[in-house]
Amino acid sequence: MQKYSAFELFKNSVSHHENWPRMWENPVPKKKYDIIIIGGGGHGLATAYYLAKEHGITNIAVLEKGHLGSGNICRNTTIVRSNYLWDESAHLYEHAMKLWEGLSQDLNYNVMFSQRGVYHLCHTLQDIRDNERLTYANRLNGVDNEMVDAEQLQREIPLLDCSDKTRFPILGASVQRRAGNARHDAVAWGYARGAAMRGVDLIQNCEVTDMVIENNTIVGVKTKQHGVIKADRVGCVTAGHSGVMAKMAGFELPVESHPLQALVSEPIKPVLDTVVMSNHVHGYMSQSNKGDLVIGAGIDSYLGYGQRGSYSIIEHTVQAIVEMFPEVSRVRMNRQWGGIVDTTPDACPIISATPVKGLFFNCGWGTGGFKATPGSGHVFAATLAQGKAHELAEPFSIERFHNGALIDEHGAAAVAH
Amino acid sequence: MLCIFCPHCGEYREEEEFSARGQAHIKRPEDPEACSDEEWGNYMFFRKNPKGLHHELWVHSAGCGKFFNMTRDTVSYEIKETYKIGEQPSVVAAEK
Ligand SMILES: Cc1cc2nc3c(=O)[nH]c(=O)nc-3n(C[C@H](O)[C@H](O)[C@H](O)COP(=O)(O)OP(=O)(O)OC[C@H]3O[C@@H](n4cnc5c(N)ncnc54)[C@H](O)[C@@H]3O)c2cc1C
Ligand SMILES: [Zn+2]
Repeated sequence: MQKYSAFELFKNSVSHHENWPRMWENPVPKKKYDIIIIGGGGHGLATAYYLAKEHGITNIAVLEKGHLGSGNICRNTTIVRSNYLWDESAHLYEHAMKLWEGLSQDLNYNVMFSQRGVYHLCHTLQDIRDNERLTYANRLNGVDNEMVDAEQLQREIPLLDCSDKTRFPILGASVQRRAGNARHDAVAWGYARGAAMRGVDLIQNCEVTDMVIENNTIVGVKTKQHGVIKADRVGCVTAGHSGVMAKMAGFELPVESHPLQALVSEPIKPVLDTVVMSNHVHGYMSQSNKGDLVIGAGIDSYLGYGQRGSYSIIEHTVQAIVEMFPEVSRVRMNRQWGGIVDTTPDACPIISATPVKGLFFNCGWGTGGFKATPGSGHVFAATLAQGKAHELAEPFSIERFHNGALIDEHGAAAVAH
Repeated sequence: MLCIFCPHCGEYREEEEFSARGQAHIKRPEDPEACSDEEWGNYMFFRKNPKGLHHELWVHSAGCGKFFNMTRDTVSYEIKETYKIGEQPSVVAAEK
């Protein structure tokens, strides 16, 4: 397949960009694969990519019930950071961060990764203490993070209201300067193209309706459109639908699926060159390269598979944004949408073998899995290739909900992202 | 916006007055000391997550402050019924 370069760009401009080749085909599925990956979201596509690239396994299919990237990967607000509190998660997210830093080159696809910094605002003394603790814990793990006081914060982010006139005055913030965001669609497409280039079959419009299990071992999956497709190993990466998939395989997962919403404004001139989040007033905002303000907050508290949420949540979100950025109060909102996120009791993912031999799950990323996409795919590929957990994935086994070794990230997982 | 009937107040009120508190009808093990790690873990952390009918616990937090149960469809979000704690649902999913 074609390598992208400045020269190719020039060459194609001569024909008005009408002759670029397709990035992937729509193959008819084979009868059997070495590995099947269920779910063509970011994590599923990244898994396929690293399996092919790093483990030389190319007899793989990714089965996606809709089109590639129709789930959360293209619905999220693209915050990427690695400043998690506990060692296990800091290592996992930092692993992802290192991959982000070279991702566009690695994929030969511009994912527009922009290390514009992510601020966590502090509105109370307790917030300051928690963020100081987080900062020190991060540094011990080799993850950058620092504190800034309100005065410096005001200089760095003029749009933010750091005065003492607000209802919840801002006392300071922690900031991870290597954090930022990336273009979510490009991440999905880049991984899909990279996987397809190496021989992975990307099967769209192929919904898995059941698991074929013999002697407690997975032998394939049943699909709505193509009947049974066999495989030696199956990796399930279906985000909000993971609970439904586990039920097909005959076991339960400690995940609950909630709606999570986001909204964007009409495009405006550049006003914000970083990402600001506040746990206390509960909202976060950044500005996309196109100029829209990208806004989000917390999940709807009830279970929901409807890919939409409640208006009351949007109202609270917007209240929080106006509290932090009063100047944007009259900007009009353009679009609002929801995704289904699979939350776990300790706000950490599940990357794990299951009671069924040969069947592995990578799920439970909840509200914050976009940032982990490269790392998640990377460690899950190793897990699938070796048939046992990658070192970084080991602490994230389902077993922790029975032996009590939870990794409580509710603090650093924050408003969510 | 959901419009929820509080069985204690006997009135429909807006969703904002209520908070969802997860799965309903969870029974604490009779003898926690006798539980295996697996039984205790299941009780603590494993919740039903159905795509379809669900029985869940709600509280009328900005109203009477009382807890009650709700049967709701998690796809259409349609509320089938609300009923008091201790009562059983009349709308239940067919076991598959
Ligand atoms: C509004 C919103 C904002 C967010 N903001 C952030 C953020 O700022 N930062 C961050 O780090 N994270 C964020 N997240 C979370 C992040 O999007 C997810 O954790 C992550 O995308 C999940 O992994 P994925 O990309 O593989 O999921 P998905 O893209 O949802 O992939 C799962 C795929 O599985 C497919 N599937 C499901 N069932 C089946 C079946 N039976 N057969 C075949 N295929 C099936 C689905 O169609 C879907 O394409 C946000 C999420 C939402 C909804
Ligand atoms: Zn009431």
